[in-house]
Amino acid sequence: MGDIRSYTMNFGPQHPAAHGVLRLVLEMEGETIRRADPHIGLLHRATEKLAESKPYNQSIGYMDRLDYVSMMCNEHGYVLAIEKLLGIQPPRRAQYIRVMFDEVTRILNHLMWLGAHGLDVGAMTVFLYCFREREDLMDVYEAVSGARMHATYYRPGGVYRDLPERMPQYDSSRFRSEQDMKHLNAARQGSLLDFLEDFCNRFPACVDDYETLLTDNRIWKQRLVGIGVVTPERALELGFTGPMLRGSGVEWDLRRKQPYEVYDEVDFEIPVGTNGDCYDRYLVRVEEMRQSCRIVKQCIDWLRKNPGPVMVDDHKVVPPTREEMKDDMESMIHHFKLFTEGYSVPPGEAYAAVEAPKGEFGCYIVSDGANKPYRLKVRAPGFTHLAAMDEMASGHMLADVVALIGTQDIVFGEIDR
Amino acid sequence: MAELIELVWILTKIGVILGPLILSVAYLTYAERKIIGWIQNRNGPNRVGPMGLLQPFADVFKLLFKEVILPANANRFLFLIAPLLALMPALAAWAVIPFGEGLVLADINAGLLYVLAMTSLGVYGVILAGWAANSKYSMLGAMRSAAQIVSYEIAMGFALVGVLMAAGSMNMSSIVTAQAGPIWNWFWLPLLPLFIVYWISGVAETNRAPFDVAEGESEIVAGFHVEYSGVAFAVFFLAEYANMILISGLAVILFMGGWYSPFHGLPLLGPVFDLVPGLVWFVIKVAGFLYLYLWFRATFPRYRYDQIMRLGWKVLIPVTVVWLVVLALMILAGFGPWFD
Repeated sequence: MGDIRSYTMNFGPQHPAAHGVLRLVLEMEGETIRRADPHIGLLHRATEKLAESKPYNQSIGYMDRLDYVSMMCNEHGYVLAIEKLLGIQPPRRAQYIRVMFDEVTRILNHLMWLGAHGLDVGAMTVFLYCFREREDLMDVYEAVSGARMHATYYRPGGVYRDLPERMPQYDSSRFRSEQDMKHLNAARQGSLLDFLEDFCNRFPACVDDYETLLTDNRIWKQRLVGIGVVTPERALELGFTGPMLRGSGVEWDLRRKQPYEVYDEVDFEIPVGTNGDCYDRYLVRVEEMRQSCRIVKQCIDWLRKNPGPVMVDDHKVVPPTREEMKDDMESMIHHFKLFTEGYSVPPGEAYAAVEAPKGEFGCYIVSDGANKPYRLKVRAPGFTHLAAMDEMASGHMLADVVALIGTQDIVFGEIDR
Repeated sequence: MAELIELVWILTKIGVILGPLILSVAYLTYAERKIIGWIQNRNGPNRVGPMGLLQPFADVFKLLFKEVILPANANRFLFLIAPLLALMPALAAWAVIPFGEGLVLADINAGLLYVLAMTSLGVYGVILAGWAANSKYSMLGAMRSAAQIVSYEIAMGFALVGVLMAAGSMNMSSIVTAQAGPIWNWFWLPLLPLFIVYWISGVAETNRAPFDVAEGESEIVAGFHVEYSGVAFAVFFLAEYANMILISGLAVILFMGGWYSPFHGLPLLGPVFDLVPGLVWFVIKVAGFLYLYLWFRATFPRYRYDQIMRLGWKVLIPVTVVWLVVLALMILAGFGPWFD
């Protein structure tokens, strides 16, 4: 017998389907995968270490950049852990705003996932349809925080500011006629809540559109059904969370099992799969988009009826307003202290987790009583999912690896951190 | 002297066919980007020239001025000859295509066989390109392409046998004249299953979505032409699109009545529509099939390689075999307006 070696292929880090900088070393027999070895670290930015050298609030922006398609959910996990250590609770209105934006973020993330997954499997058009809706939600982000992606909107003690009364509008330009502008601005005449409500009324029909293209499409089903099957037991052993776990049929959702903020007051359902294959995970995520839309609607109703503060009134943690600072000595001192030194957090440790679109996103903070964390550990859902790549891909074909990367909804920002 | 004139005359005819063909390839890429753009809620190219109409030329010149990179471990000769091997058959097959009554370069008797032979040759370009580049991605693309084209060649061949039986000739012009008459006289109706099989195999033969596994953008990056750049890449591109037009043209000739208008031979409408030259009808029909290509690409996800093989061997080939028997019975019985 001669020396038989299987075909080794380097998949990524520069590859159209690598979702960023995934590098997979594939051992193949023909087109069949024998072993898939994910290599990580190409997007490592030392977020956890950086956080140790900055006052707490200055790291919120880094959290956006972890999983850069579900920005506010990451902030939420971090902010929640700090609040646990400080022992403060944000006002109800802030909690509703957070829930609303968590769900907006979930829709954002799932749209990105659906588009990319479709593109991986070869359905181009869904990608552009998804981005059309994403654009509106990006505008919501921008209206509330000034940034389309990296919002830095959540703060320990609430959210940075209340929802704007006016939705920003498009201007006419050389490339945009008066008529186009009217059309674009039609939904933007009222406040942000009006715009979001309009979106929520439109959105289910858009999801129907995506489903028309994919759900019953024979090719789509042939590519996804029975691919990357994970049993419920194995999914739990592998540390799966989020849609990856629910696709296998385990009804585990932190929003329901360990409610944070006001998730116990809103009405929504948790979709679960039965077979644990790519197709079930696809269905779960699509249904999650519809459920998120429902939650957003409920939040809009509540927020309409209940004005109020969106930040705690404790100026040891939260800076006073600009007006107060201008004519009140004590506020001036608070402002100065908070923007130079920041606040100190009592010694201790806390873990807080949120149901991010990809799964459980948690922050574990150890405080030694200083104004910076002694240690921050981020639990990113994508990491455990990627670790199961070998198990899910073995025995499948090269084209299925691409479908698996899509179904795992991998984003390297959070895996490498 | 007479031979020389004959030669010049043939060369002129070749030029008259190839010039518009290459121009239509250029504008097919433009149409593809525009139409898929509109399907996907965007504009497509609209910056170079009015409505982006000069975009194809911008692309061509960009590719012409780019360096042709030769990978270090590539087989230089095969690497450079492969694009030509892909392009030549795609262009040569046009010799027997009748664009209108009598508008054909070579009116040979075995036209159908010649076309089949030429379209099969194209796969050598793809296989050699994949092998010669000495890249793993290319190699996978070449393997996929070889298996796919060889098996779809069979389904397509069977579908063409049906046309052969129905028309009783292999000459392309005779096949068209056998369909003379209004739209229901054309072969697509009695040969409907074969027509569908032919079209699916045609899409697969040209490596277009949803059968574009040989390129497999998201799996093997660009498949067999991953290492090609500049003119060499442009030639592959040209071959792919010339093949698309060829397959559409064949579909029109074999199943959709070639240059006949849809109302040909009818008492009132017939003469009116026959005022439009046959060439125009031919082009309109070809454009319709080309639109189908683009529509497929915008709609369907990509098949997996083994699923394509399964579809070819287990669905398409049995369908054609069964329908050939049915067709034989229909011809024996002198059925309908087609075989009486």
